[in-house]
Amino acid sequence: MQRILFGDNQFFGVNHVSDEKSRSQAIKFKEDKTILKTIDYAIDGGIDTFMCTTHDRMINIADLMRNSLGKYENLQIYPCLPYAHKYANAVTELGIMGTVKQYVPGNFFGSILKGGVAYLSKDYISIMELMVDAELKMFKGLSTPVIFLQNVITDLLLGLGMKDIIRAYHQYIIKKYNAEPGYITMNLPKMISLLDSIGIKNPIICTSINVDGFRMSGGKELYENTLKNNEVRAIAMQVLSGGSTAPNKALEYVCSLPNVQSILFGASSKENINETISLINYYDEKYAMHIA
Amino acid sequence: MKKIGLIGIGKMGISHLSILGAHPQVEVVGVVDTSTLVTDIIRKYTPFKCYDNYNTMLNETKPDAVIVSVPTKYHEPIVRDMINKGIHVFVEKPFCIGAEQGSELIEIAKKNKVINQVGYHNKFIGTFIEANKIIKGGYIGDIIHFSGEMNGPVVTKRKEETWRSKPEEGGGCLMDYAAHLIDLINYLVAPIKKINGADLISIYSKQVEDAVYSLVETENGIHGNIQVNWSDETFRKMATAITIIGTEGKIIVDSTELKVYFKNIETPKGYSKGWNTKQINQLSTQVDFYLRGEEYSSQIDYFIDALEGKNANDINTFKSAWETDNVIELIKNYKNN
Repeated sequence: MQRILFGDNQFFGVNHVSDEKSRSQAIKFKEDKTILKTIDYAIDGGIDTFMCTTHDRMINIADLMRNSLGKYENLQIYPCLPYAHKYANAVTELGIMGTVKQYVPGNFFGSILKGGVAYLSKDYISIMELMVDAELKMFKGLSTPVIFLQNVITDLLLGLGMKDIIRAYHQYIIKKYNAEPGYITMNLPKMISLLDSIGIKNPIICTSINVDGFRMSGGKELYENTLKNNEVRAIAMQVLSGGSTAPNKALEYVCSLPNVQSILFGASSKENINETISLINYYDEKYAMHIA
Repeated sequence: MKKIGLIGIGKMGISHLSILGAHPQVEVVGVVDTSTLVTDIIRKYTPFKCYDNYNTMLNETKPDAVIVSVPTKYHEPIVRDMINKGIHVFVEKPFCIGAEQGSELIEIAKKNKVINQVGYHNKFIGTFIEANKIIKGGYIGDIIHFSGEMNGPVVTKRKEETWRSKPEEGGGCLMDYAAHLIDLINYLVAPIKKINGADLISIYSKQVEDAVYSLVETENGIHGNIQVNWSDETFRKMATAITIIGTEGKIIVDSTELKVYFKNIETPKGYSKGWNTKQINQLSTQVDFYLRGEEYSSQIDYFIDALEGKNANDINTFKSAWETDNVIELIKNYKNN
């Protein structure tokens, strides 16, 4: 994994600390070409990994990338699935059964297609695999070396103790996509122990890590100890705590931590992208001994 | 360690179950649902014991408390049964269909001394808690007017129907969605007791309203308006925002940000005259397990602490949720007359 990963929240109106900002970003990035242009700024700044949710709008962006005559040949995409609000809204409206019916591809109640057979035989692992395939279809032909499970799903499964489902996801991503499975979670310490209990060592985990302790469940100190005492490839997200902390202070903190292999950030302007990159580079040099 | 049973594994039920599953002071003793698909999955992949009816679960597991997260029309009979048996209850919002049902439950809960809480999670969001402190501290003076808005993309096209699209089962934007905003206004301003105008509009649903617009008045005579639309896809997820104007200042608050204007130098600590902005990362409470938002864990933590006698059990009581049911009924009746 590269040291700096570029994220997509800003493109889809996701802002964890301001609903107002979230709307203005949704307006700013109405056109797909504006999104691509911003990704280009990140690439120009030396970033070669774009981490993004399986938002419906990514279908077009991925198309544009495929049709750009090799311009994005070296770009790696880390998909994060699923785009959870799609399902959360569907569950409110259609119920759990209705949602499965709507999103499991194929004729759900038919007996010939895999989905139908899976349902009738109560083979939930196959249903999960079908849903993963449906989510990842948009990235076909692009390089996706790490595939993440979104935090709403990871943390739901974690709380429910659904170890078999997590193990099945893990194996399926390796087998079918020849990629490394990753996990986004708001509960780093608990997730590491769950993965360890099912034999998954040195996992790729993307989680909130910031100087303010924001969304670090169990507390900042627990996270610092967890990073120090475990074999983990951590990706720090929400490093700016949603944008209200001074970038130099925020980035110095994450750069100083052990086992934080990558830093994920999103920005809308060329200036902010470049400023973040150079700050990370600066603090990395300062704390060079921590980087693997 | 508290023994908790969970009745109803829908959208909220599954989320509560996950939070309870990760809670160090909780032993989930039984999970109840009538859907075999759902219980089959829970049975196969989780450590929780499943039941298809709650009586068997109660008899076998003797829980200290239950979480009731079934469709709204079943709240009243199930909660009544639980509190008659002296079992503590956390029930999802809205409390009951109709105000009469709820008032009896309040009495029984009081008589049997059961801990009671309703799932209005907004009251556990840092921005709203902070706004409440500022208002109750008198820092924006007397409230002159309020305006509440809530929008989201729940029903954005005509589609298959569930209980949420049936008015007699507690469906519709007013009961299922606007309830959150009404409850929050009751908490931040004062309980709404009078309706001065109401429009309930169907946009995509056949039998229920998708939007609610109403002029309301609180018990102490403060006027305000609410506008709620669950068919607005320009919102990525549920968004609730309230503006409160007082004689000494003004508050604009949503679940991510608090903006306050103080006319005078007498402000709470950490604020100053003029505009002040605080964001959720400065106001959120640390939780031990996070799923979808701190507030979902915090409200369960609060309930568990109440069971252990560690708090006053005075947030989101049956009583306060019943006040919200009341407003829903008033708006419905205003519309029907």
